[in-house]
Amino acid sequence: MSRAATTVGESRSLHRFANPARFVRIADAVYPWALAGMAVSFLIGLYLALFASPADYQQGDTVRIMYVHVPAAWMALFVYATMAAGSASYLIWRHPLGVVAAKAAAPVGAVFTFLALATGSLWGKPMWGTWWVWDARLTSVLILFFLYLGYIALMNAFENAERGQKAASLLCLVGVVNLPIIKFSVDWWNTLHQPASVSRIGTPAIHESMLWPLGLMALAFTLYFLVVLITRMKSELLGARLRALGAAAAEGR
Amino acid sequence: MVGGAFGALVARDLRLALRQRGDALTVVLFFVLTAALFPFGLGPEPNLLARIAPGIVWVTALLAVLLSLERLFLADYEDGTLELLAQAPLPLEAVVLAKVLAHWLTSGLPVLAAAPLIGLLYGLPAEGYGVLLAAMALGTPSLSLIGAIGAAVALGARRGGVLVPLLVLPLYVPVLIFGVSAIDTRLQGFEGDASLLLLGAILAAALPLAAFAAAAALRQAVE
Repeated sequence: MSRAATTVGESRSLHRFANPARFVRIADAVYPWALAGMAVSFLIGLYLALFASPADYQQGDTVRIMYVHVPAAWMALFVYATMAAGSASYLIWRHPLGVVAAKAAAPVGAVFTFLALATGSLWGKPMWGTWWVWDARLTSVLILFFLYLGYIALMNAFENAERGQKAASLLCLVGVVNLPIIKFSVDWWNTLHQPASVSRIGTPAIHESMLWPLGLMALAFTLYFLVVLITRMKSELLGARLRALGAAAAEGR
Repeated sequence: MVGGAFGALVARDLRLALRQRGDALTVVLFFVLTAALFPFGLGPEPNLLARIAPGIVWVTALLAVLLSLERLFLADYEDGTLELLAQAPLPLEAVVLAKVLAHWLTSGLPVLAAAPLIGLLYGLPAEGYGVLLAAMALGTPSLSLIGAIGAAVALGARRGGVLVPLLVLPLYVPVLIFGVSAIDTRLQGFEGDASLLLLGAILAAALPLAAFAAAAALRQAVE
């Protein structure tokens, strides 16, 4: 009787760990490729961006800030969208990996957002003559930064980790309303920030010599995110395993 | 029957607020006092004060509403009422809306009523009062609704009182922007500005969003 009960318990716990285990297998297979791809695209991308691409005829060499600023801003949005997808899968299907991914991605996204704001500020000083303007694009990205921080704070604010995960996932989904506002802020309002020039319908309003390094840098940033995400998710899963083992040991099995 | 329960819940919260009369009064006092601080800090120059009046009214109103957010669900959570409400036939979404309505009646509405007084103190031009009241009537319910999400999500968290402003303030920014710009454009002599419509749109979007999100958070809190 008790034997049967343990097998049922084991198979259920195996079922619970099935998805994370498969994730770790896939992640381990992807990881070296992502790492190598990141290194190569960073090397070529940085060389093209900083040396080979032409200086802008108006902005001079300051245009090179773009190759960090624009991918960082894209990633700020992309990471939040990833987090929202993870949070939704966690809340709807109780998929534990969803919240692990979102939790692991949050600090990375916050740093990308900060990078976009900081490089934008450095770019704004020579171009607009000011470090900061309260323009719709800048303000909405600043709000995104605060949403990241709020998510992290809420995640860690509960004694019961699961409550924190659920509450933060809900907050993450509510914050999604900000994403279209950021994307379209340059079209809806008259902003100092320029409208999108790459993702336009038809041909992009940017020359190939600048589009290539930009694309490579975006690829490098995405792969960097993937690499860090895999590392952080794996350590998060290991941490959860450790806590479970510790709790089991404390209960005396 | 559901309507009756909704009304009963609103009446209960209002009765509780009336019995502890201090609460609603504190919100208004906080609102007026904070707004009265700015002339000390900025100097009493009438042109400057008249120009910043819409912004001051909105920022202080936002902070005053924030002040009372923490108690929105906390008392019910701590004494177990929330668990009973979660089991009641009235859907939790409706419970949220009832509590938000009561919260607005005891914080947003008093602040709205006191706003013209602040306008007077700051020398707001006469044509600004109508649009000030209209903007606040459309905007302050959104503040209560969005705040309810933050209050519900942070229920039972450590340092919940500090956490709620951190979560809610970024989400308040659109209300603040359109609330101020509605008054500013009218003062510059333009009619038919879109800001009031946008405030209404925010309210229309926040109404279902807050109800669903806050109810989901409450369900987790009592689970």
